[in-house]
Amino acid sequence: MPKSGMANVRVYVTLKPSLLDSAGRTVAVALKKLGFDEVEQARIGKLIELQVDEPSDARVREMCDKLLANPVIEDYRFEVVR
Amino acid sequence: MKVAVLRFPGSNCDQDALWALRDDVGMRAEYVWHEDRSLAGFDAVFIPGGFSYGDYLRCGAMASHSPIMESVVKFARDGGPVIGACNGFQILCEAGLLPGALVLNEGQKFICKDVFLAAENRTSIWTRGVEKVLRIPIAHGEGRYVVDDEIMRRIEDNEQIAFRYVSPDGRQVSEHNANGSAGAIAGVLNESGNVLGLMPHPERATKQLLGYTDGLQILNGLKLVAIGSR
Repeated sequence: MPKSGMANVRVYVTLKPSLLDSAGRTVAVALKKLGFDEVEQARIGKLIELQVDEPSDARVREMCDKLLANPVIEDYRFEVVR
Repeated sequence: MKVAVLRFPGSNCDQDALWALRDDVGMRAEYVWHEDRSLAGFDAVFIPGGFSYGDYLRCGAMASHSPIMESVVKFARDGGPVIGACNGFQILCEAGLLPGALVLNEGQKFICKDVFLAAENRTSIWTRGVEKVLRIPIAHGEGRYVVDDEIMRRIEDNEQIAFRYVSPDGRQVSEHNANGSAGAIAGVLNESGNVLGLMPHPERATKQLLGYTDGLQILNGLKLVAIGSR
């Protein structure tokens, strides 16, 4: 039986805007080649889905700071989906 | 002098490092498993290349939280000599022992070739013995060094830049910046100069039989560390 306090936490980790995302750049070029001329830029990040019992914002931030994101190169944000 | 060569699941330059240290540098060297917690009896640490933990999440991220790394952080903060090559460099950055981070090469491809390195810092044990432009191989997909402007200024002022990619005759030109690193940086030191991280593989350049011995100019720095000093 799932615990009643279980929630999904979606953590989005993205490269800092100041950093060149060389893979994203290639994706943007590929989209243009496919005829999607309206694409100006593509940046690739990560979505990490956690299942957490009674998630607290402070604890999720700690998870991000300690492991899920590298503050030197990445930003993160998260949402709790109950 | 005994060197600990760390092994993580996915390390693949550990044997190269062990034998380069034993045969060519002339040190005692032993493997230390990532789940061990002690560096007792060791005078230096070599963190080898590879794909620790399959490079999951970010290169070096999982390894930087391995049990042995707690001891490595303490060892390094106490002034113990630590060198990390390739994945070892990534692990040292992730562990917070070195400034900056390593991301996907500018050209996105895995690059396996020889590069030329100029030593910038000339006072650390790792760079003091470098007498010329070094030719050493690289083999990495995520070796583009990035750091913000403020930290870049700080590491430049504090002489923490160990090596830059240069042309064979020692000029800093963009075509020789193999992976698009900020400032063509190939290796950095911590503030006190005892910890070196670099993307090139000095342990692959220690035998004439293999074509070059320039890696010894870096690894021989271990001989400057007084035996039994720790």
